[in-house]
Amino acid sequence: MAENNKGIARRRFLKDSLWAACLAFLGGITGFLVGRFRKTDTVWQLDPYKCIACGNCATYCVLEKSAVTAVHAYAVCGYCRICFGFFGPEPFDINEGAENQLCPTGAIKRTFVEDPYYEYTIDESLCIGCGKCVKGCNTFGNGSLFLQVRHDRCVNCNECSIAAACPSGAYKRVPVEAPYILKKVDHA
Amino acid sequence: MMRFGYIIIGISFFLCLCSVVSAVERFPPPQFESDYQQPLTTTPAPCQSIYEYIDAVVLLAALSLSSYLVLKKRSRRAIFILMVFSLLYFGFWRKGCVCPIGATGNIILSIFDRDYAVPAVIVVFFLLPLVFTLFFGRTFCAAVCPQGAIQDFVLLQPVSVPDWLESGLRLFAYVYLGLAILFAAIGKAFIICRYDPFVSFFRLSGNFNILVLGACFLVVGVFIGRPYCRFVCPYGVILRQLSRISKWRVTITPDPATARRASAETSDCVKCQLCEDSCPFGAIREPTANWPIYEYGKGKKRLAFFIILLPIFVFSGGWLGFSLKTAVSRMHDTVRLAERVYLEQTGQVKGTTDASLAFRATGKEVKALYDEASDIRAKFGPAGSLLGGFVGLVIGLKLIGVSIWRQRTGYEPDRASCLACGRCFQYCPREHVRLKNAREAMSKSQ
Repeated sequence: MAENNKGIARRRFLKDSLWAACLAFLGGITGFLVGRFRKTDTVWQLDPYKCIACGNCATYCVLEKSAVTAVHAYAVCGYCRICFGFFGPEPFDINEGAENQLCPTGAIKRTFVEDPYYEYTIDESLCIGCGKCVKGCNTFGNGSLFLQVRHDRCVNCNECSIAAACPSGAYKRVPVEAPYILKKVDHA
Repeated sequence: MMRFGYIIIGISFFLCLCSVVSAVERFPPPQFESDYQQPLTTTPAPCQSIYEYIDAVVLLAALSLSSYLVLKKRSRRAIFILMVFSLLYFGFWRKGCVCPIGATGNIILSIFDRDYAVPAVIVVFFLLPLVFTLFFGRTFCAAVCPQGAIQDFVLLQPVSVPDWLESGLRLFAYVYLGLAILFAAIGKAFIICRYDPFVSFFRLSGNFNILVLGACFLVVGVFIGRPYCRFVCPYGVILRQLSRISKWRVTITPDPATARRASAETSDCVKCQLCEDSCPFGAIREPTANWPIYEYGKGKKRLAFFIILLPIFVFSGGWLGFSLKTAVSRMHDTVRLAERVYLEQTGQVKGTTDASLAFRATGKEVKALYDEASDIRAKFGPAGSLLGGFVGLVIGLKLIGVSIWRQRTGYEPDRASCLACGRCFQYCPREHVRLKNAREAMSKSQ
């Protein structure tokens, strides 16, 4: 009986040591990570210079209407009369008629500024982030239209579904203080 | 119309000429004569992250309450109410992200990637349930995890799963955990988040395939209790091991002494067998006597055999993992891209994919891509053998585990498998005695 008790006591001691070791291990992990805590959080953003406007942003976002929309860097824009982000490949006429437009939701507004310049503005409530206009502007124009994650809509998933599906690896985590990567005038 | 065509031809020609210098403005930004003000690109600010800190506090409160309800109050109804709260708060209100299961990926990535610093809230989410499990058993699974809650909610017709099938299917969870670590460490991808089956339900939108996967889990979950928790959850694998050595844990009988000391040598179970079929997760173990004398010799030999077999399992697992490196590394984006580009370069396939187009657009050397891919593939070799060895070890230890005769004086929940849901409490006649005594004490004091 005494021997049996000893066995149990030893087993209990071993178990308690194992328990303490586990707790110490968790403490160790915490200690290791505390040194690397980030003061601020990050959000997802895509690098417009890597983006190839494949259209995945419109379909892979967990939100029904993607958090990614096209945005416009006005300083880069050429204010072209014939905008390749606005007009389809073979427009019937150079005016704002729906049949001439490239955008599937009619989210781009074209307004006359002065001869021969036109301003193009994106209505973000209509834009679905398909990137058709981005592709057109990148291929034939200045590339002033580009896609960005809009943080008023983005739910900031732990792993962004679009990032997982992005063929060009354009998505990355950026600090919350600088949540946008905007296109700038290139003086190269 | 013709003029437009000429413009396109002209521009294409122009593009061909200066395709190398791609980022230059083709059309100079205009100098406006009118008083036109150029608008700026809008940048709406991200939502405040204050909610994350509230989440951490709610998690702590929910874990404490859950532990109290499971171990002290012993009320299935109260546990269920807390479970519904967690499902609504962590699930439908906070959209199931971030959760402790997915946080595993962040922790692994921050250990292996020097540049990735993990947010404090995610560390709290990962560690708090582990610490609570080390003290109180799997009370996180019982009533805090929204993933578990949504499955527990649909469990209407529990069917028991045979032990061998349960252990076999559970092996998948170990492989999944291993793969999740592998991909977080090498590929910087969180596959736990990517294949989370229930988060689409919480968001009421998402990838169609994942939605179907989640629906399958819920349909199966009507009959087989919590299939994700038992056979898939990689975080559950860690919780199982910690729960084995927890300080306090669920007991079917309400005896505080056994609950505190958590050892099998004293139990006030009356062996009435009423609780035997009450567990929908097959986590209740029957009482056993001493090792039967005719079994003893055979059992000893079997145990020795499996102990000798253990290193063989580990090594063959490691070898298998190593030889699978080519197949497994193909799940990595860069390796897949390099293979695709190689096939295109050698003319074995026609056409391009989005990824190979994007790669060509960067203007990087093909050789650099091949080097990067072979580096990554080389990493998958040792990592794969570690994973294979780990799976071999799990199989070997399980076989040793089933060959050890465990002596139990009463019915008790399995230390690892018990999800602390509290269904068994009301089946115990001792529990009814406790409740009656408590009621009498209440009425006396009034």
